[in-house]
Formats: sequence, C-alpha cells, structure tokens
Amino acid sequence: MNNLLEINNVVKNYGDFRALNDVSIHIPKGSVYGLLGPNGAGKTSLIRIINQITMADAGSILLDGEPLSPKHTADIGYLPEERGLYKSMKVGEQALYLAQLKGLSKTEAKKRLKYWFDKFDISAWWGKKIEELSKGMAQKVQFIVTVMHNPKLLIFDEPFSGFDPINAQLIAKEILQLRDEGATIIFSTHRMESVEEMCDEIALINKSNKILDGKLADIKREFRTNTFQVGLNTANPNEVKAQLKESFEVFPADFKLLGEEMTMNVKLGETNSANDLLSFLTTRGEVQHFVELIPSANDIFIQAINKNS
Amino acid sequence: MSKLTLIIKREFIAKARNKSFIVMTFLSPLIMVGMGALVYFLMKKNDEKVKEIVYVDQSGLFSKEDFKNTKTLHYQDFTTLGVEETKKKVEAGNHYGALIIPKQDSLELLAKSIEFYSKDSPGMSVMGALESKIESKIRNEKLNNFGIDIAKINASRIQSDIKMYNFSGEESSKLINGLKIGVGVIAGYFLMMFVMIYGTSVMRSVIEEKTSRIIEVIVSSVKPFQLMLGKIIGNASAGLLQFFIWGILLFIIITIASSVFGVDVAEMQTSRIPADQLEAVQKAAGGDKMQLVIQEILRLPILKMFILFIFYFLGGYMLYSSLFAAVGAAVDNETDTQQFMLPIMLPLILGVYVGFATVINDPHGPISVAFSYIPLTSPIVMLMRVPFGVSWVELVISMSLLIITFVFMVWLAAKIYRVGILMYGKKPTYKDLYKWLKYKG
Repeated sequence: MNNLLEINNVVKNYGDFRALNDVSIHIPKGSVYGLLGPNGAGKTSLIRIINQITMADAGSILLDGEPLSPKHTADIGYLPEERGLYKSMKVGEQALYLAQLKGLSKTEAKKRLKYWFDKFDISAWWGKKIEELSKGMAQKVQFIVTVMHNPKLLIFDEPFSGFDPINAQLIAKEILQLRDEGATIIFSTHRMESVEEMCDEIALINKSNKILDGKLADIKREFRTNTFQVGLNTANPNEVKAQLKESFEVFPADFKLLGEEMTMNVKLGETNSANDLLSFLTTRGEVQHFVELIPSANDIFIQAINKNS
Repeated sequence: MSKLTLIIKREFIAKARNKSFIVMTFLSPLIMVGMGALVYFLMKKNDEKVKEIVYVDQSGLFSKEDFKNTKTLHYQDFTTLGVEETKKKVEAGNHYGALIIPKQDSLELLAKSIEFYSKDSPGMSVMGALESKIESKIRNEKLNNFGIDIAKINASRIQSDIKMYNFSGEESSKLINGLKIGVGVIAGYFLMMFVMIYGTSVMRSVIEEKTSRIIEVIVSSVKPFQLMLGKIIGNASAGLLQFFIWGILLFIIITIASSVFGVDVAEMQTSRIPADQLEAVQKAAGGDKMQLVIQEILRLPILKMFILFIFYFLGGYMLYSSLFAAVGAAVDNETDTQQFMLPIMLPLILGVYVGFATVINDPHGPISVAFSYIPLTSPIVMLMRVPFGVSWVELVISMSLLIITFVFMVWLAAKIYRVGILMYGKKPTYKDLYKWLKYKG
C-alpha cells in the first residue's frame, strides 16, 4: 500500500449546493501533498470529510487501506484555518485536554508536551492563560496540540497565517521534519511560494471539481511553455531579434540582468530544441543568461483556474 | 477515560472555576437571606404602625363595642364633631381616615352609602377590616329585625373538618394539601430556574467555543453529539453542586440567624402555610406544630415523588438544554440568540403559570392533566401534580411522551448543532435551520 489516504469519487452536497463533485485524490505515504484551490472551491469540505467532521454523501475514503472510521481520529492531526483555543483555560491544561481527546493517556500526553514545549522553548507558558499570550504564541501552542499525538496524517489548513516570517520558517522546518519521520502531510494554502517550497504533490480543486493533480515536477513539465530567458551581449540587437523571429517566437523580457546586454523571452517552435536556440545565440554574441522559464505553482494555479472557468 | 467523561470534566471545571460562579455560589444565599430578613423586618415595621380611624355615626346603629381597637387599627368616635369638621381634621393629617356612616331609612341603603375618607388610599387590609365590621353589624341587625336570636345562631356555628381519603387508602387533610401545593410548586419552580440558568449557560459555552474558533479542533477529535452531551451534563453537574452548596449555606445561615436574632424557625415555616390551613394545624396539634408538619410530610409518597422528581428534572433539563445548545450553535454571539430564545422560554413559562393557576386549584382537572402530558410543559406541571397522587397510567403516558420527545428533540438539536457550530457570519433564519436539518451526516 503506497497511498496513506485514498479518496475515491467523493460527493458532498449542502442542500442544493454541491460542494464536492466526484473528487478522487490519492495521497502517497510520506509526502507533503498540496491541496490548492480558490476560496470556496471545496477544500475545507474535503478536509472536514477526511476529519469525519462531516460525512461524504457518496464515495469512499481509505486510510492506510481501511475505510475511514471514528477510531481514526487518533491517527489524524488537524490544524484548521478557523482555529483557536479556549481563551480562559491555561495552556498546559488545555494541551493535556486536547491530547487526551486524541486518545493519549495523561502521563503520555505530559511527556510529549514536555518534549515539544522544551523544543519550542515555551515551557514558561504552561500556567498562563491563552488570553495572556500573543497571537503568534498561541499559534505555536496550536501547532503543538496538532502534532503531539504523532498522527500518521497531518492536515494543515493555511498553517502559516498568523506567524511572522521567522516562526513561519520554524514551523515549515518542523513540518518537513515530521514528514521525514514518516508522517504524511496535507497542506492547504493560497500561498504559492510555500507550495513550491514544501509540496511533493498537489491537487487543484476548483468549483467543487478536482481539475488537476500529480507530482509537482510532472505538472510543471506539463505546463512548461518551452520559453527561455535569454541575455546576450551583441553589437546588433535589432538584427539578432529579427533573425530570431524567423524561427522562434520572441517576447519582451520579464526579467532584469545586471549588465547592458539585450534581454528577451524566446519560445521554441514545434521543430526546435533548446540546443538549436543556444547554438544560434552563440554565433551572434556572448550568452550571458540562458534559463528555461519554469512555470511557478502560482502560474499553474492561475492558468488552470482560468482554463477551467 | 472516555472522551465524554473528559468533556464533562472540562465543562464542569470551566464552569465551577469561573469567578462569577464562585461569587454567585457563596453570595447568593447571603443575599437571599438578607432580602428575606429585610422584607420580614419591613413588614413587621409596617404592621407595628397603628392607624387611627375616626368615625361619624349618624345612624346611631353602631356602639363603642363595635369599634374595638386592634393591634393596628385604633378607633375614635367623632360623631359629635360632625362630618365636615371630621373630614377637615383628617385632611390636616391628624388621623389616618374618617368613616362616615350616614342616617338612612333602610339597612340596605345604609350598607351602600357608608363612606371612607383618607389622605392616602387605604390598603386592602384596612378596607377589609372595616367592611367586615359593617357587614356583620348590619347582618346582626337584620337578623334581629327578622326576630332571630343571634345567640342561637352563634351557638349553632360549627366547624367541620372533612377528612379526605382516596381509594388507595391515603388519608389527607387540608394541611397536607397545603404541603402538597408547597412541595409541587417548589419542585416545578426549581426546575424552571435550573433550566433557565444552566440552559443558558450551556448556550453561552457553545457560543464561546464558536467565537474562540476552537470548535473545529474539538470536533475533529470527538463527535459533535458527544461534545453537546458533555456540555449539557457538565453544566448540570456544576449546577447541582451550586444548588447543593446553596442548600447547605442556607441551612447554616438560617440556623445561625435564628439563634442570634431569636427568630423561631418553626414559626417562620408554618407561617408560609395559608392561614386557613394554619388554623387546622394549630387546632390539631395543640401547639406542637413542627412535629405535626413532619408527620404530615412523612405521609406523602416520598420515594415515588423523589424518583419522579429525578426523572422529570433530568428529562426536562436535558430536553431544554439541548435546545439551548442548538440555539448557541446557530448564532455567532449572544445578542443574536433572542429570536430563538422566545419559543424555548414560552413553554417553560407557560408550564409554571399553568402550574400555579390550575394545578393548585384542581390538580386532576383537564387542563392540569393535558399540560402534564405535553412534553415541553410536563416536567414542570407533572412535578406540581405528583404530590397529589397521580396514577401510574398517567405517569407512564406522560413519561413515554417525554422520552419520545426528548429523543426527537435531542436528535433535532444535534443536527442543528452539528451544522451550526461550523457556520459563521450571517445570522441564520428559521428557514436556514430547516435547511440544516436536511444536510446529511
């Protein structure tokens, strides 16, 4: 069994509104899986179904090969986008309570909490109430209560919101470490730069349908436009451009280089290879810059959504 | 520990540790006793003030014998002063009021033409005392006119004390009826107070979880229904603890107060019983009131009442508090709760009113019976009826209806709760709530 989570043909309706339409997603063990999509696409509905907060109207969900059942709540850690803690409850008591709800014994929970509190250097907060902490501090506590029961599956919905860049970096590092220790991670976000940084695979949901999924690298390959950024030192830029246009498509550059060289984006035609372009350029001047324009997760997101609608 | 136990424990601790809860628990009995003492003191003061009433009797019918001074009312004969002078004196504030008895041709006319003048409008007790004086005098006068011997009439007066039995062999008396009313009313009222205080406390706790946004974290670990149930039970436990402490504190305070101020506890307790029953008590007991009261209490079907009290109390509380939980889940903040609170409060208040109005007069009348079957009012009304002896058939009908409704309402509330806790923003309408009911799982 290579997939930790298999979501097959899941349908969810709220009254007349269909929130998820025949969505299938397979999440490999030990991966960071990006669940992307615009607001209202159905991501939260899907996440809530995985967490058994709501039930799917149709379709099946297998966790580690077994149909999802209430005992699995202990195998899942969930950091919702709408999150918070009991304001007037003390940090330590609260963490113990939430850990016990996830099935840990009190002694085990205490041990794990001590580890995490030491790790984040927040042991001094144990007896404080949440309302006495800053938002970032509360978020750290929230992160700990999400992961402390060592779940097989971790679901983070916008995990970095509310964190400053330093703490966001810390959390990102922790998430990747958890993956390396064997956890599988579902990562839902609008922040595409963190998708690039973290995700091995992604699925894109738009208007209740999954419109795209697979390894991030494969998807990028699929979305590549065979366009190259070119920087060339040449005496006759206009002549070069005119000659290039005979066999390639040339666009104005969308980047800046340090020198005075001519810059442009060049798209290979059907019959040309990157080598053809490069060898042509070397005959016309000194190549300063030659990089394939790889679509960013952001580009893919926008393109796929636009195409879909 | 099961998840439900964990939730109950947390809810209980969260409630019981709350500062306002602690303050209320220990301050309320003091306030209650203080208020009681104040009212008692003021009433005593009020009673002690003697009202001077002057009368002008032009009819010549009344004698000094008819206007004997009582503890609170003193009479003076101003007949010689004349009506106008007397009125002036009263207006000047020298006396409380003036009773003017004019000369009339017939006793019937006289009865209708007597006037009372006073600066402040007189209280019911003053007017009642005056009217009964005049009525009895005129009646005696008429009896005399008919040639009937008043002494004989007085001698013929007899008081009958009918002993009441039902066919299960329970004997009852007026005293025990009073006790039954007391016990029933206290139980019903207590249930209403408990539902109101702790039902809204459940609601507030749900709203708190919604506004602090922890709800989604919790329901990813436990079923919403478990959470709702845990809340309801946890709050009730805190409530029971509070009532228990109140009971103990009240007992202590009353004991201390009575020994310090010399208030006769027995007197205080019996004085709550309506006057006619008190009379019966005094007559029967020959002074030893407390003992009789205890004897009478022991004659009530105590075990049956206790079991039924627990049943209706739990049933009523659970039924209502699940509805309160649903309301809490449906809204984002407390100000939005009002439109949903009314339909919940209405049957509760109706239950108490019906109980006070009908059960006391006719515990087995059609309205009492009907309302003790209707599930939303039955916990209160049936609790009031139980001391009067309700047949098992009726109880089974009422209890079954309550259980069926309870299961249905909890199911309904749980559905609204489950959807509502994850809904933010727009205040839902009844139509929205209906839509939520149709959402699957």
